[in-house]
Amino acid sequence: MDRRTTIKWMLAASASMPFLQQRAAGVEATMVTPQARGYGTDPDLTKVYHAGDLWPLILTPAQRRTASALCDVIIPSDSVSRSASAAGVVDFLAEWVSAPYPIQVKDRALILDGLVWMNFEAMRRFGRDFAALKLTQQHLICDDICCEQNAKPAFAQAAQFFARYRDLTAGGYYSSAAGRKDLQYIGNVPLKSFDGPPLALLQKLGLGPEQVQAIEG
Amino acid sequence: MPFVTSAALEKTYDVIVVGSGAAGGQSAYTLSMEGAKVLMLEAGRKYVPETETPMFQTPDQGPLRGASTPDKRFGFYDATVDGGWDVPGEPYVRATHDAAGRFDWWRARMLGGRTNHWGRISLRNGPYDFKVHSRDGLGFDWPLSYADLAPYYDKVELLVGVYGSNDGLENTPPSAPGCLLPPPKPIVSDLLIAQRARRLGIPVIAGHRAVLTRQLDFRTSPARLHPGNPTAQGIIAADMQRRAACIWATPCGRGCSIRANYQSTTVHLPPALASGNLDIVTDAMVHEITLGKRGLASGVNFIDRTNGKECHAAARVVVLAASSCETVRILLNSKSARFPSGLANSSGKVGRYLMDTVGSSLAGQVPLLESLPPLNEDGASESHVYTPWWLYQEQLAGKLGFARGYHIEFGGGKRMPGLGTLAGIEWLTAGSYGKKFKEDARRYYGSFVSFDGRGEMIPNKGSYCEIDPKVKDKFGIPVLRFHWKWSEHETRQAAHMQNTFKEIIEAMGGRVNGPVEADGAKAIQAGGSIIHEVGGAIMGRKAKTSVTNRWGQTWDVRNVFLTDGAVFPSNADKNPTLTIMALAWRAADHILDLMRRREL
Repeated sequence: MDRRTTIKWMLAASASMPFLQQRAAGVEATMVTPQARGYGTDPDLTKVYHAGDLWPLILTPAQRRTASALCDVIIPSDSVSRSASAAGVVDFLAEWVSAPYPIQVKDRALILDGLVWMNFEAMRRFGRDFAALKLTQQHLICDDICCEQNAKPAFAQAAQFFARYRDLTAGGYYSSAAGRKDLQYIGNVPLKSFDGPPLALLQKLGLGPEQVQAIEG
Repeated sequence: MPFVTSAALEKTYDVIVVGSGAAGGQSAYTLSMEGAKVLMLEAGRKYVPETETPMFQTPDQGPLRGASTPDKRFGFYDATVDGGWDVPGEPYVRATHDAAGRFDWWRARMLGGRTNHWGRISLRNGPYDFKVHSRDGLGFDWPLSYADLAPYYDKVELLVGVYGSNDGLENTPPSAPGCLLPPPKPIVSDLLIAQRARRLGIPVIAGHRAVLTRQLDFRTSPARLHPGNPTAQGIIAADMQRRAACIWATPCGRGCSIRANYQSTTVHLPPALASGNLDIVTDAMVHEITLGKRGLASGVNFIDRTNGKECHAAARVVVLAASSCETVRILLNSKSARFPSGLANSSGKVGRYLMDTVGSSLAGQVPLLESLPPLNEDGASESHVYTPWWLYQEQLAGKLGFARGYHIEFGGGKRMPGLGTLAGIEWLTAGSYGKKFKEDARRYYGSFVSFDGRGEMIPNKGSYCEIDPKVKDKFGIPVLRFHWKWSEHETRQAAHMQNTFKEIIEAMGGRVNGPVEADGAKAIQAGGSIIHEVGGAIMGRKAKTSVTNRWGQTWDVRNVFLTDGAVFPSNADKNPTLTIMALAWRAADHILDLMRRREL
């Protein structure tokens, strides 16, 4: 079943641009509500799953392009680690917005609308879609929506979208191998003994041996 | 005797045990190791932790990075299968839509029940906890004392393996020598919490959890567990050697394929099966106890979920260990001319005095814990330390405005990053993105602490369950309808928790994330959400005011025993599982005694 959504909240930001208003009114995001079912109450917990294994992915190539660009504005590559898109976060986002569960269905509406908004805002300000902008131009848009508390009323809904999108991007990234490495997570390996934190570190934090002694007896 | 089908039952058994979790596992273990012929009936499917547990899977190997979904409420990798607060085809009814009257009922339809995923926190009730009414005039005393149960706490700890230490704090009793395994070393945030909480007069001591921090003592424990029974000693000594010690990785909530923590499926059932005295039928949905001659139970009726057939199993004794509310449901659905309002319900108390644990949480961020060097803080996966209730005297003197206590569980450390690890940090970063966000992520990762209060609820007349007159589940079995009410003792306690957590976070130099809820009615989590529901068929001294005696034996039908949380007359802040197992062992000993004396 197709659902067509008019991006009403997008109009607020483009109110001063009548021709964009017209375009916005004519453009509707095509949202496929998947017939997919969840994995059920007794899935195989030991096999490795890939995006698309359990339900069809609904993002179009154009949506993926915008999603990927925005991911990488949020988590670009740096001297330590790769970018979000290089770590497979777009596949994760596609899996997320395509999933049949209530939270994901709610996110689907917010995120697909948000991606449309990003392109409209990019067109409005710079005459190109978001993925085609220079990084400085992308930042000019993101600066207006990156903090919900400080966003102007016209950007309130875009800021809400951005906060959720950043959470999902960060969630997808830091739960991947690239993210674990970036954060220098060194657990999830079998150990013969658990030795606790090094004493030198504890002393630096003002947690001398007496603290350890008090608990360990 | 092994796993069998409903078509291959023996003609009769000594004991039928309904349920396979902490209560069913312990009951079946004790009975079969001591020679009784036991049939265990489990409503869910067979479950094999050795092959089914996702031990080292990372979030990116699962759907949605392992996020919680309606199918898997504690996340994809949680051990629970076919379970949750909503089980398809197995509804229940809430008597009100009012949020304050909400009760959610967790079920785990699988062999081992909820022991496969539980937090493994294993605290003993203290002497006060058995004599609550005598102490403050509220609720009910237990018909037994701490001294009665202490030897069974010792036995359970020796059998399942519990780490902890004896700290000598009030109403936080010590274990007998040799019972506890050494606690794991505290992580950095534990030590900082301990240092700062102590400045506020709040103690922090080693946690108690059912995790093998080293191999069990297979040389001396078997004789303490099964005196005079060399066969049982040999079986358990061999099985103890097959359980590995903790490898300090992968969360206990996923279950443990190397059997390093307690779950019924890895600790109780293997030796019980090895005794040759236990048959297990899974997919057996028990709904009724059948009555035979002289008003005694003759067995149970169950539906075989694999083919929908109604079956009967016969035994001299029936033990219900189906989880508190399911046990109540079976009793209430066992109607006869003799027991028109449900079996063993001449007191009218079956379903009454349902309790959960009071829960409230707060989290914060601590600058001192920012940008720490890489640390492996997986440890035993949680609760290396905790705070037992510490204000007994102030409370007794009436200074707190609520009558019972709570303990505190802590979260912190550089855990395996997941979906939520760096979500919602805008309050710290002012909305950073790009390279700055990556730097912020490195800075804040591992600097968060969380506090969960777990407190005692006093039984009240407004919290109970009964059979709904209309609704049936997919098997045609009438379902439960729940009524729920918190008293001010609970809501004020929840508000006290919030304030305590705020004080500790601030004493750590940290910042609280979100509001500190001063309204206890808003701070308290819904009934059933902590999944410590007990009561519903309480034990007591008199047949008029309770359902069972101090052995869990129903007053009305002397060969029916309840060994799960249903018999709890109070619900101390201490998590119920260890007490359930100790009571089940004690009840099983009594059953054996009565059978030997031919009184059953």
